[in-house]
Amino acid sequence: MLLTFVKAFLVGGTICMIGQIVINFTHLTNGKILVIFLIAGAILQGLGLYQPLLEFAGAGASIPISGFGASLVKGAVEASERNGVIGAFLGGLQATALGVSVAIVFGYVVALLFTPKTKKM
Amino acid sequence: MTKKLSNQQNPISPDGKLTAKITKDNYKQYVFEKSPKSAHAKNMFWAFVIGGLICVIGQIFIEIYSLLGFSNADSSGLASATLVVITAILTGFGVFDQIGRFAGAGSTIPITGFANAVVAPALEFKAEGLIYGLGAKMFVVAGPVVVNGVFVSVIIALLTLLIGG
Repeated sequence: MLLTFVKAFLVGGTICMIGQIVINFTHLTNGKILVIFLIAGAILQGLGLYQPLLEFAGAGASIPISGFGASLVKGAVEASERNGVIGAFLGGLQATALGVSVAIVFGYVVALLFTPKTKKM
Repeated sequence: MTKKLSNQQNPISPDGKLTAKITKDNYKQYVFEKSPKSAHAKNMFWAFVIGGLICVIGQIFIEIYSLLGFSNADSSGLASATLVVITAILTGFGVFDQIGRFAGAGSTIPITGFANAVVAPALEFKAEGLIYGLGAKMFVVAGPVVVNGVFVSVIIALLTLLIGG
C-alpha cells in the first residue's frame, strides 16, 4: 500500500519536473505545455508504452495531463475494437467525459459564486 | 555571461544605450537577458515535490473509491474528477494561483492545471456575460487541449484499426 504512494509520488513528480525543465529552457506558455504533454501521452499510449506506466504508478501516471491524453487514446482504441470506425470517434470523449463535464459544471458554478481576485504581485 | 535565446544581438547595451534598431526578435533577446535568472534547480525541486504530492492525493482518492466498491477504471476517473472539483474551489478562493506561483509545472501538468485553465478564465470573464464571457472564455486554454487530444486520439485509433494492432 505504502509502495503504491511512493511510486505515484516519484513518477508524478518526475513528469512534472520534466515539464518544469521544458518551461525553464523554452519559456513556453502553460497552454502549449499542456497540449505537448497531452499529445506525448496520447502517442505513448498509442505505441503501448504508457499503459505499463499507468499500471506501475497509478495516479502518478493518470493524474498528469499525459494521462488524460492516454485515456483519450485508450477509450478510442478500445471502442474501435468493438465498434470499428464509429468506436474510434466515440470512445475517446466517452472515456474522458467525467473529468471534462465535472470541470465545466464546477467551473460554471465557481465562476458564478465567486468574484475574481485582484492579482497580488 | 549572457545566455542566448536566439542568434539575435541585444539591441540595448549594458549601460542602457541603444546600439541597434529594436525588432521583434532582438527585443525577445533583450527581455530574456533582463528577466531575473530563474533558479532552475529550485523550480524543478518544487515542481517535483508539488506534482508528486498532487499525484499522491489522487492515489489516496483512488484507494478510497476502490474501498467503496468502484471498479479500477471508475476509481481512477472519480479521483481525477475529485481533484478537478478541489481545484475549482481553490481557484475560486484565489488559493490555486498562490500554489501555482512556486509549484510551476507541479500544479499545471496534473489535471489540476487543466481544471484551473477552465475555471480561472470563466471567473475572470463572467463580467462579459454568460455566453461570450464565461461560456466562451472557459475553453480559451482547455479548448486547444480537448481539440488536439480528440484529434490525435481519433487518428491513433483509426491507424490502429488499419494496422490491425
